[in-house]
Amino acid sequence: MEQVIANGLYLGAQYALIALGLTLIFALMNVLNFAHGQMYVLGGFITYTVYGQLGLPFVVALLASGVTLAVIGALMEKFLFRTVIRRSHREESTMLLAAATAFFFDAVILLLFGEKQRGVPKIVKGVFNDVGIIMPYDRIVVGALAIVFIAAFVLYMQYSRVGRAMRALAQDRVAAQLMGVRVDRYSMIGFAMGAMLAGVVGGLLVTITGVNSGIGGPISIKAFLMVMIGGAGVVGGAIAGGFILGMMESVGLTVLREYGDVTYLVIFAALMVFLSIRPNGLMGKPWG
Amino acid sequence: MTFNRNTRVAAVVAFLAIVFVVVPAAISASGRFDLYYTLTSVALLSIASAGVWLTFYIGRINIGQGAYALTGGYVSAILVMNHGWSFWPTLPVAGLFCAAASVLIGLPILRLRGVYFAMVTLVLTEVARLLALALPITNGAKGIVSIPLPGALSVFGITLIPDFATLQNSRLAFYLLAVTLMVVCFAIMYRLVNSRIGKLCQSLQQNEELASSIGVNIAYLRVIAYAVSSFFGGVSGAIFAAISQSIYPSSFTVTDSVNFMLNCFLGGLGYVFGPMLGTLVLYFGWDLLFQTGQFQLLIYSGLMIVLMLVLPNGLLSLAETTRKKG
Repeated sequence: MEQVIANGLYLGAQYALIALGLTLIFALMNVLNFAHGQMYVLGGFITYTVYGQLGLPFVVALLASGVTLAVIGALMEKFLFRTVIRRSHREESTMLLAAATAFFFDAVILLLFGEKQRGVPKIVKGVFNDVGIIMPYDRIVVGALAIVFIAAFVLYMQYSRVGRAMRALAQDRVAAQLMGVRVDRYSMIGFAMGAMLAGVVGGLLVTITGVNSGIGGPISIKAFLMVMIGGAGVVGGAIAGGFILGMMESVGLTVLREYGDVTYLVIFAALMVFLSIRPNGLMGKPWG
Repeated sequence: MTFNRNTRVAAVVAFLAIVFVVVPAAISASGRFDLYYTLTSVALLSIASAGVWLTFYIGRINIGQGAYALTGGYVSAILVMNHGWSFWPTLPVAGLFCAAASVLIGLPILRLRGVYFAMVTLVLTEVARLLALALPITNGAKGIVSIPLPGALSVFGITLIPDFATLQNSRLAFYLLAVTLMVVCFAIMYRLVNSRIGKLCQSLQQNEELASSIGVNIAYLRVIAYAVSSFFGGVSGAIFAAISQSIYPSSFTVTDSVNFMLNCFLGGLGYVFGPMLGTLVLYFGWDLLFQTGQFQLLIYSGLMIVLMLVLPNGLLSLAETTRKKG
């Protein structure tokens, strides 16, 4: 039992961090970033290269992942999404663009890093084994780091000037602009931050699960699930969604083990029932 | 569209002549019989994409067409293999089964909007795949294989469609079948969009509350549109199962669902024939780029991004801008 909860918390922390980036981009731009999973994979491969191949410290690798993805995110917003949003009749057109960039990243990752599963040496050795919980130390470190990042992100959004501007933007774009918020600039920063979060989680998790070029799509779907549970575009919702999905996965894998591989089927079915009762998720606002 | 009646009739006749006469003649002249398979796929995928387009028309982003295509394929395959049905009656049954399922699913989820609906339908595709893996009747990951080719269809002793297995060229037969269905499907779509219901659907796309306040039954309309959409998905999936003579849980995945949506976007969301053009361009573009080997996906997605930047309202918006200028 303790084991299941511990696993759920560990999964939840990393999931919440993935969902945060996605929900941030959605809140600011109304763009559903299909390429989020691919950004995660890219971050994982950068950490693999810097930490696993070049042998530099893990912190440097994590920083490299974050910075590279932030730059990519900023460029994507400036040259792709901003242009399409301006020119298109319908907002949904950004979805095609997002899907195309997802394919593009898939292709780039495949060409640069190949299709093999990659892993890196453990950052901390040893296994924690007490009070009925068995958990490797590196998982604990990664889970704790994820929680630190989440806390840092929430504090940053709450108290910094940039965070305030972005929250204003998410509430009402026009009103924010009228109050003198530089909308274009903060959209770009927001997109960069969302991408950076994806890259950082990728970098964190490559130390545990490794990374391969095919997991981008499934990661994106999981991120969508969490955002839907919590409510799209709400920071608290993304965190709640992440922990709920992590817990459901952990409990489901234990309870439903004897029925075969049906955990996700049950989660999906539960989600559809939940959404038909509460269409905007736990905390979402009724956005169109 | 500012065509007058005569040019419209001429365009339809020209289109029919091309797909039924010119293309088969050109293929038999050039000897590229593999193109039949490509074009059949294009025709079938464009039927499924037409369904997705219809949900776009009521203002919903549908990434769940793969679920219905998969369901349609399985319904047809199971009826043929386990219950000894002929292929032809399974075709409408598969479509109707999907339509019925979509009414049940659609009633709750059509209340969702925007990204919520998009994400739920995306999840729906995964649910269909997982169900196909888990249910006993679908034979799990092994799928259903060696489905017989469609048999003869005769009414009152007159053979309307010969047995596909006895034909020398079953590829041509499948091509004609798929193209005929595509023509019928787009005729229905055109009629639907230019009818009273079509206008009402457009009002849903613009503002549901406003439409509802002036007396449009929005719940009924969106379920109808979604059911028609799923019917197309089911029919196209059933024929796919018949052509490949097999169906697996991985026959239609999230990627296919996304592709159906992309076909609509590429052709243009404001044009009934957008999905047809979009499917043709995307499918052929992918095939042509096969020669570039490992760079196929890179060039393909790169082109898609560029296309999106230049023509964000779809390929058919090109015709509109030139007409406006001229």
